[in-house]
Amino acid sequence: MTPDFIISIIVTIVGISTPILLAATGELVVEKSGVLNLGVEGMMLIGAVIGFAITNATGNPWAGVVCAAAAAALAASLFGFLVLTLGSNQVATGLALAIFGIGLSSLIGQGFQGLINPTFGSVFPYALSHHPYAKVLFGYSPLVYFAFFMVFAVAWFLHRTRAGLVLRAVGENDLSAHSIGYSVVGVRYAAIAFGGALAGIAGAYFSMVITPIWAEQMTAGRGWIALALVVFAGWRASRLIFGAYLFGILMTLELYAKASGFHIMPSQFWAAMPYLMAVVVLAVISSRERGGSDAPACLGKPFLPAS
Amino acid sequence: MRLRFERRAEPSLLMLVVTPIASVLLTMLLGAALFQALGYNGFAAVKEIFFTPILASYKWQDVATKAAPLILIGLGLAVGNQAKVWNIGAEGQYVIGALSGAGVAYATQTAEGFWIIPLMILAGIAGGMAWAAIPAFLKIHFRVNEILSSLMLTYVGLQVLSYLITGPWKDPKGHNFPQTPPFTDAQLLPHTLPGTPIPPSLVVAVVLALVFWLLTARSVFGYQIRVIGAAPHAARYGGFDGPRTVWLAMLIGGGMAGLAGILEASSQSGQINLGFPSGYGFTGIIVAFLGRLHPIGVVIAGIVLAISYVGGQVAQSAVHVPNATAGIFQAMMLFFLLASDILVRYRLRIVRPQTAIAAAVAAVGGPA
Repeated sequence: MTPDFIISIIVTIVGISTPILLAATGELVVEKSGVLNLGVEGMMLIGAVIGFAITNATGNPWAGVVCAAAAAALAASLFGFLVLTLGSNQVATGLALAIFGIGLSSLIGQGFQGLINPTFGSVFPYALSHHPYAKVLFGYSPLVYFAFFMVFAVAWFLHRTRAGLVLRAVGENDLSAHSIGYSVVGVRYAAIAFGGALAGIAGAYFSMVITPIWAEQMTAGRGWIALALVVFAGWRASRLIFGAYLFGILMTLELYAKASGFHIMPSQFWAAMPYLMAVVVLAVISSRERGGSDAPACLGKPFLPAS
Repeated sequence: MRLRFERRAEPSLLMLVVTPIASVLLTMLLGAALFQALGYNGFAAVKEIFFTPILASYKWQDVATKAAPLILIGLGLAVGNQAKVWNIGAEGQYVIGALSGAGVAYATQTAEGFWIIPLMILAGIAGGMAWAAIPAFLKIHFRVNEILSSLMLTYVGLQVLSYLITGPWKDPKGHNFPQTPPFTDAQLLPHTLPGTPIPPSLVVAVVLALVFWLLTARSVFGYQIRVIGAAPHAARYGGFDGPRTVWLAMLIGGGMAGLAGILEASSQSGQINLGFPSGYGFTGIIVAFLGRLHPIGVVIAGIVLAISYVGGQVAQSAVHVPNATAGIFQAMMLFFLLASDILVRYRLRIVRPQTAIAAAVAAVGGPA
C-alpha cells in the first residue's frame, strides 16, 4: 500500500460520500418537520441535469449549481403542494416524484450526450490543492466543503435556534404546534423546498464534479441510499457525517472488491450493507421507549387540523 | 369570494370512480401539450402511447404480458394499503419470489414431471412472503416503520439476485454472462395460452382479482382490514387484532409479488438475469392507487399502465420521443390522481363574503 494508493482511496471515499451526505442533510430537515419525501432520487436527477444544462449554457458552474438547487426545490414544492395543500398520501406522492424526476431528467438531457462542461476551480491555492499529500485535505471541489458546512449548519439550526425548535415541534406534534399558532404547513413547505435544494446540489455533484458529463440516471440509486442514511443516523444531524463516510467506505470497498477480485466477501455483500445497517439501526431505535428515539413522531402522517 | 374545501360526511363514490378516469384524460391532454411545447409531436406521441397498443392487435400480447405482474402486485398491495400497512418493497419481494422459484428450477434441472411447475410457483409465493415477513416482524416486535424497512430490503434483494446469478447459480454454459441456466421444458409455462395473446399469468391475475373482490367485499377479514385502516382505535375496541392484520397485509402483498415474479420468470424470461428486476414492484404501487385499492379497479389500472409501457416503446420508434416519455406520463397520471384525491373526501365550495359573525363561527370550526 503506497501513500498514493491510500490517498486515491480516500479521495474516492470523499467523492462517494459527499452527494449522499448533502441529500441526506436535506432529507433530514424534511423528515424532522414530519414529512417523508421518498422522491430524493428524482430531485437529485433534476438537479444533475439542470446543473449540467445551465453550466453548459453559461460556462459558469456556480450558476449551474444555484439553478440545480432552485429546480430541485421547485420539484420538491410540487410534492409539497400535493401532500400539504391537497393532503395526498406522502408515500405515493414521493414515489411519483422519483419517477417524474427520472423521466424528466432523461428528457431534458436528450441532447447532452457527448458534451463536456467546465468545472469548479479549487478552493485552496494550487500549492495546497495539488500537493501530492496535502490534496487529501485541500484538493476537493467546493461542494465537498459545502456539504460539511451544511451538516453543521443544520445541526446548529435544529438544536440551537428558535426556528429549528419550531420545525422539530411541527414534526413531533403537529396539532400542538398548530394550536399555539405556528403554521405547520408553512414550516413544512420551507423544509421540503430546502430538502429539494440540497438534493439538487447533491445531484449536480454527479454531473459537475464526479464527471463533467451527462448520463441518464447517473445518480445510480444514491438517492435511496440517502434515505437509508437518514434512518441509519437515527435522525441526528451529527451522525450523518459518520454514516455518510461509513457508507462511502462500504461502497468504495465494493468498487475495489469488484475491480481487484479480493474475496473476503462478495461485492454484493458490501453493496447491501448500507441498507442492512439502516434496517438494524431502525429496529434498535424504534424498539426503545419514546424519548430515546429522535425519529419524528409525525413522520409520514398527513396534517388535518380541525377535522 | 373564494374557494374552500369542505369535508364531506361520506366519501364521494362518484369522485372515487371519476377522478382516476379524469387523471388519465388530463395526462393525455397535458402530456400532449408538454411534448408539443418541447418540440416533439405531442399529439402523435399520446396517440402512439395510449391508443396504438389498444388498436393494433399485434400489441395485445405485449400489453397482456406486462399487465399481469402489475395487476398481481397491485392486488396484494391494495389489501395492505386498505389496512394502512405501507409495503413499498414489492420490487424486492418480486425478485426474491422469482429467485426462490428459480432455486427450485436450479435443483430440478435433470428432473421431469408435472409437479415441478407447481413447486416452483409455491416456492415463489413463499419467497415473496418470507421477504415481506421481515418488515412485518420488525413492525410488530420492534415498531419499525414498514415503509422504510421494506424499501431498504428491496435493495438488499437486488443484491441477492446479483450475487446468486454471478456466483452459486451462474449458468456454467452461459459464456460467463451473469444469468441462471435456462429453465428446462418441465420448468416453463407457455408464453401465451394456445391460439390467444393471453399469457397464463394474466388468467391467474384476473381470477385472483375476482377472488380478492369477493373476499374483501364479503368476508369478515375484508371488513376488518378496512376498519383497522380507517379507525385503528375503534378496531382495537372491537376486538380486531392489529398484529394479525399487519401479518396478513404484508404476507398477502409479498406473496402476490412473489407469485408475479415466478410467473414472469417461468413464462416470459425463462431464466433470471440482471435485467430481470424491471420496476414492476414500484409501478404496482401506482396501480394500486390508480385502481383505488379495489380489485376491479386494479385490473383496469394494471392494463392502463401496461398500455403506457408498451405505447412508450411504440412512440419511441414511431414519433421519436425519448424512452423516458412513458415514465413522465405515468408520473403525471399519479400526480393528477393524488391531487384529485381530495375531491373524494372534500367538496369544493365557493364561499361568498360572509357576515362577521358567520366568518367567526367558521373560523372556530363551527357547523360547516
